[in-house]
Formats: sequence, C-alpha cells, structure tokens
Amino acid sequence: MLELFDGPVPTEELLVRWYQEEAGSNYGAYIPFIGTIRDEDGISGLSFDIYEPILESWFDAWQEKATKAGAILKMAHSRGDVPLHTSSYVAAVFSPKRKVALKMINDFVEDFKASAPIWKYDLRDGKRLYAADRSTPISGSGILGE
Amino acid sequence: MVRVEFLGPIQKEALEVEASTLRDVAAALQSDAEVKDWLENCAVAVNDTLVKSLDTALKSGDKVSLLPPVCGG
Repeated sequence: MLELFDGPVPTEELLVRWYQEEAGSNYGAYIPFIGTIRDEDGISGLSFDIYEPILESWFDAWQEKATKAGAILKMAHSRGDVPLHTSSYVAAVFSPKRKVALKMINDFVEDFKASAPIWKYDLRDGKRLYAADRSTPISGSGILGE
Repeated sequence: MVRVEFLGPIQKEALEVEASTLRDVAAALQSDAEVKDWLENCAVAVNDTLVKSLDTALKSGDKVSLLPPVCGG
C-alpha cells in the first residue's frame, strides 16, 4: 500500500492504522521506519515533488518482492511543503519473522533513496531550493548526454 | 511527434520533438541550452517505464520523461 499526503505524513494515525490493518494477519514482526525533518542549515522545512506513475510501478515491484518473502510493505510520503520536526516519509514491513523484516526495511529504504522519483527542496528564506548536493542520479542516468 | 517532459527541478515546459528513437531526442536536447547541462545526470522514461538505451524506438504520441537526481524521504 502506497499513500501520498499533501504536507506532513500523519505518522501517529498511520502507525496505529497499519498495526490494526494487520492485527489478524499472523505477522510476527512489524518494523516501521519514520523519517523526520531535522532543524539544520537554517531551513524552515523541506518540500517534495513526486512523479506518481513511476513511483507506483517502483513500489509495486517491491511489493511483489516482499510477497515472495512472505512479507508486505506499506509506505507513505509527503507532497509539497513539510515543516521541521514533522514526518515526510514512513515505511513499514510486516513479516512472519523479524530477520526478513529487518533486512527488507533496510534494502527497501536504501533503494527508495536511490530510485524513487521524488525531488527534495530546502525551504530557506522564503525560497524553494533543489537539494542537488544530496540527490542521486537514478541507475542508468546520462544516456541523453552520450 | 513525441512529447518530452521535464520532471522535478528542471524548470522547462514540455516539448514536441520529431523522433524515431531516443537518439533523435538526445540530439534535439543537446542543442537546447536550457536542458543541456541536465542530460548527463538524468534518467529517461518512455511512457513511464525507465529505459537505458538510445536505440529505444519511439512512435508518434509517445511520452519521454527526464528524471533528474532524486532524494526522497
């Protein structure tokens, strides 16, 4: 399940709802990852653009991988502006055993950072500035410059 | 004609380009001063599927998207 929100992700509501959704599913492990916006470098928050068609197909491919391992993934992300000390990203793995879930949350979040079509901007002095120095080219980038 | 869209921080309106492969799109964009500098670190999708070859065939009505470096979370 992939959920997108305008503004901060409602983390508390989401974690409880996801827990309740799977309460009867016989999973032994529920491992969430919550990304929170830190106060650093004078920013007032972050802002995000998302290209949804490719984000959805990327997530669907991961869900298929999780299913094969007997697990499921849930993820939520923000669109637009997100203030300091709120969450822009929540992901979770449910699986029968904790080892599968711990490895999967790590691999999933790493690939999310490298591949999910989401662009981050710093909000500073009333401006929205692309976070170029923290961004990663998607695998296979650069063919148009050859 | 194929439609070329620029995603995220690339501040540019979509273009219509005459192209039978992605190589034709590359040639058109390399002569465009506004996007030239983005090309070496952009990924490319055709009809919302990422592709890795300039030989990718295109037909009229296809959508080509340029995805600059990402940073979710």
